[in-house]
Amino acid sequence: MSRFLAAAAALLFAAMAPVPATAQDRLPPAPYADRQLADPGQEAEARALMEQLRCITCQSQSIADSNAPMAGDMRHQVRSRIAAGESPESVRAWLVERYGDYVSYEPRIGTATWPLFAVPAVLLVIVLLILRRRLGARR
Amino acid sequence: MIRLRWSLWLVVALALAIFVLFFVQLSRPKEEFVRSALIGQPLPAFALEPAAESRPGLSSADLADGQPRLLNVFASWCVPCAAEAPQLAALEQQGAQIVAVAIRDRPEDVAAFLEAFGNPFTRIGADPISEVQLALGSSGVPETFVIDGQGIIRYQHIGDIADRDVPVLLEQLREAGG
Amino acid sequence: MIAEFGLAALWLAAALSALQLLAGVLALMRPEQAAVTAGRRGHAPSVADPPETGPGPLVRPAAVLQAALCATAFAALLVLFARTDLSVSLVADNSHVAKPMLYKLTGTWGNHEGSMLLWVTVMALAGGLIAAVERRLPERTMLATLAAQAFVALGFYAFLLFSSNPFTRLSPAPPQGMGLNPLLQDVGLALHPPTLYAGYVGLSVAFSFAVGALVTRQVTPEFAKVMRPWVLGAWVFLTLGITAGSYWAYYELGWGGWWFWDPVENASLMPWLAATALLHSASVLAARDALRAWTIMLGVLAFSMSMLGTFLVRSGILTSVHAFAVDPQRGTFILALLLIYIGGALVLFALRAGTVSEGERFAPLSREGALVVNNVALSAILGIVLLGTLYPLLTEAFGVRVSVGPPYFNPVGAIFFLPMLVVLAVGPLLRWRGDSFKRVSRPVIMVAAVGLGVLLLVWLLTGIALLPLLGMALAAMVGVGSFLPLRGRSLLRLPLPVWGMVIAHFGVAVALFGMAADSAFQTERLVASRVGETIRVGPFAVELAAVSPTAGANWTAITADLQVRYDGGAPRSMAPQSRSFWAPQQEVSEVALLTRWNGQLYAVIGGEAPSEAAGETMGQSGTSRWQLRLWWKPFVTFIWYGGLLIALGGTLSLVGRVSEDLRRRTRRGLIAGRRAEALA
Repeated sequence: MSRFLAAAAALLFAAMAPVPATAQDRLPPAPYADRQLADPGQEAEARALMEQLRCITCQSQSIADSNAPMAGDMRHQVRSRIAAGESPESVRAWLVERYGDYVSYEPRIGTATWPLFAVPAVLLVIVLLILRRRLGARR
Repeated sequence: MIRLRWSLWLVVALALAIFVLFFVQLSRPKEEFVRSALIGQPLPAFALEPAAESRPGLSSADLADGQPRLLNVFASWCVPCAAEAPQLAALEQQGAQIVAVAIRDRPEDVAAFLEAFGNPFTRIGADPISEVQLALGSSGVPETFVIDGQGIIRYQHIGDIADRDVPVLLEQLREAGG
Repeated sequence: MIAEFGLAALWLAAALSALQLLAGVLALMRPEQAAVTAGRRGHAPSVADPPETGPGPLVRPAAVLQAALCATAFAALLVLFARTDLSVSLVADNSHVAKPMLYKLTGTWGNHEGSMLLWVTVMALAGGLIAAVERRLPERTMLATLAAQAFVALGFYAFLLFSSNPFTRLSPAPPQGMGLNPLLQDVGLALHPPTLYAGYVGLSVAFSFAVGALVTRQVTPEFAKVMRPWVLGAWVFLTLGITAGSYWAYYELGWGGWWFWDPVENASLMPWLAATALLHSASVLAARDALRAWTIMLGVLAFSMSMLGTFLVRSGILTSVHAFAVDPQRGTFILALLLIYIGGALVLFALRAGTVSEGERFAPLSREGALVVNNVALSAILGIVLLGTLYPLLTEAFGVRVSVGPPYFNPVGAIFFLPMLVVLAVGPLLRWRGDSFKRVSRPVIMVAAVGLGVLLLVWLLTGIALLPLLGMALAAMVGVGSFLPLRGRSLLRLPLPVWGMVIAHFGVAVALFGMAADSAFQTERLVASRVGETIRVGPFAVELAAVSPTAGANWTAITADLQVRYDGGAPRSMAPQSRSFWAPQQEVSEVALLTRWNGQLYAVIGGEAPSEAAGETMGQSGTSRWQLRLWWKPFVTFIWYGGLLIALGGTLSLVGRVSEDLRRRTRRGLIAGRRAEALA
């Protein structure tokens, strides 16, 4: 996404800063950054989780969609922990413990996030009320 | 109809609230990094190989020996890490003990970096797959943590250390020692 | 000289828009009596009308002249870019003497100032067009509409002239210019902004009509008919913009994803959702004189969402993947415009909505009923996207950072989206005003049977996850249902707008099927492979035949030669590339795609793989291994085919509506001519 959006941003919303020449390290990616787990079930679990974790260094991408080295290292953590028998939820919890809710794209109901779930519920009620008023009135 | 109008004014109020939110957020600098949630928590257990021949490696046990320390997370390939070298040297001169973790780095590159920009570190652990960085809740390089003598994380500084950050870090270190 | 000329034209255009606003408002403040004549004139133009006096007659010419002047200013900027006049700072910053001519020209709007000028130009042209040809509405409503249009334009002129002047001179002029980033020289990127702007401007016209109708309280079927082509056009452009943006992200990104619920994507989705609802609600108003207040509300909402999207992206207030040099002054300026236009329109709506009656009644089981469901469901989805997009901003104000992404948007949006699709499958079968279950029971049962059948079949055969499963079933229902309105009708005599509806609804089914199929059935292979090895992915056998170095103008690359066989068929070549640019230093994967009717094979080469990733002993690692990422994505192309079908449907409807209007005009012209003869 980054290249598309950066380019689109440059064009659409022009006053873009020249992309700083971010120096890259010369180490190869971590072993499980781009290597699937042998067990397809575990790999599917890992893949599903990686799509829901936010790459910490790249602003708005999941670690499953990023070329950033840190995203690769995070994928390695996810795959190797799941291969070692951890559940996806405990891997997520491990990261949330360190980075807060920011790291997970799946908000959980909590003191800071309950409106995310309350508002759609209220919307549903409003929608049903409107439908009742518009459609059920003249029966 | 009265009920309808009442709900419409609610929409107006909602739009205004959103505008106020925008205005507030526009008028203050944007938080670019996510802070570690581990402040006040014990350091996660780790043991890293040496990142360069000149210094021993780093383990979490080394950081729980009663002495507060700065833990610098850096990399030879990171430009701001070179920029903060004078400030790290100043911190070392003023009595700070500094250990480091080198992220995704090769020994020869770390050695060349230390050669060029100075070596204020007593220990440097190599973290080739960002494992310790992730365990610390660190979101990039460079970052500097204050660790107290019991191995508890007390403070996180994100980004390179500017001159004005030096007294802040010394103060944090003093507090961690007392 | 040209720059000064352009700037003068821009100032004059701004002055004319001020005149247009002022004259419109003054005319509206005159007693209603004048409006009665004007209203009669609007319905049946006749040579016998007395000439009008007062400021009213100034409004239309001002709008036309303003359009001409604004177009002149834009043409001046085009010339400056074509000539690469480096004494203009905008050109110096964004162009280069060595650029190909095509990209010099597209560079005109490839920057903040130029893109804003393009926006205003398109808006002025739209305003001029309405002023010149639109005679169906009562003259007072037209005056109010054009005044509203001028009011909106004035804000943008102020923005351009005071904080984003495209014609600022630079002294001394640099020899070459700065803008030669090859990554930005792309036809798609060049066409993307004008597409979106055309959409936004169309919605601004709809907004002006809505405000005009609110001011005069004349919300009539005529009003909906006048507004509809603009909404249709805007909607077609927005659909194309989103479809193209999605495909582009898909092949540029290199990880096979096509929608990420990124704030920037959401910013383009929200106006589309509102425009879709508006389109349907305007249809009800045009055909049945019902849903008056709804239509007005959605007209206000759709343009509000365009402005909001522009603000979100341009102010850089939300965390998205791109780094802007954020100019707080500009962000504040757009926020002020947002406050004036959206806030103002909402207040006007809240004041006037009570006086706009609801219009004709209808039974729950009727075409109107189905469209009401569509309206509220789309609005609710819009609410959820808005909430999820802005929520991280809200918590950030309190020092808490959260992320809202696909695991939130997909299921929560589905609560409203899936029931809406059920209604979409059968709604077009219903009659206006009221219908009976008996009459539609047969096709409804048929659609339901198709849905249930697909549901059971797919579930039993594949056992995929719930959302894709429901997606498949609903795609089948909508796909079948979309063609049912054609039953028993002569296909040749069917009006174009009906064809448009059928095709657009079928497009929804196609896109939905693509999304569900790709989410449920894609296969992924990440491998570190040696030259000569064959990898199986889905039904494909992929042989890594060779890896060779390649060089470009400012990059070096490694290119893989993949020989791909589908199900043992003849081999086809693919050549994914991994490029290293050196100014700026950047690694970019060039994806290779192999398209079949039933999906795409997506291939990426990452680079040389580390030896431990091979998972073998060091003794064997005589030759290097290359990191390959391969995906077989069944029916993924249907997502974009669907988007194109939706846009095609919209275009057909638009053509149908406009030609209908033209036919009526000529007919009316003939009648008026005959009447004039008779009088003489």
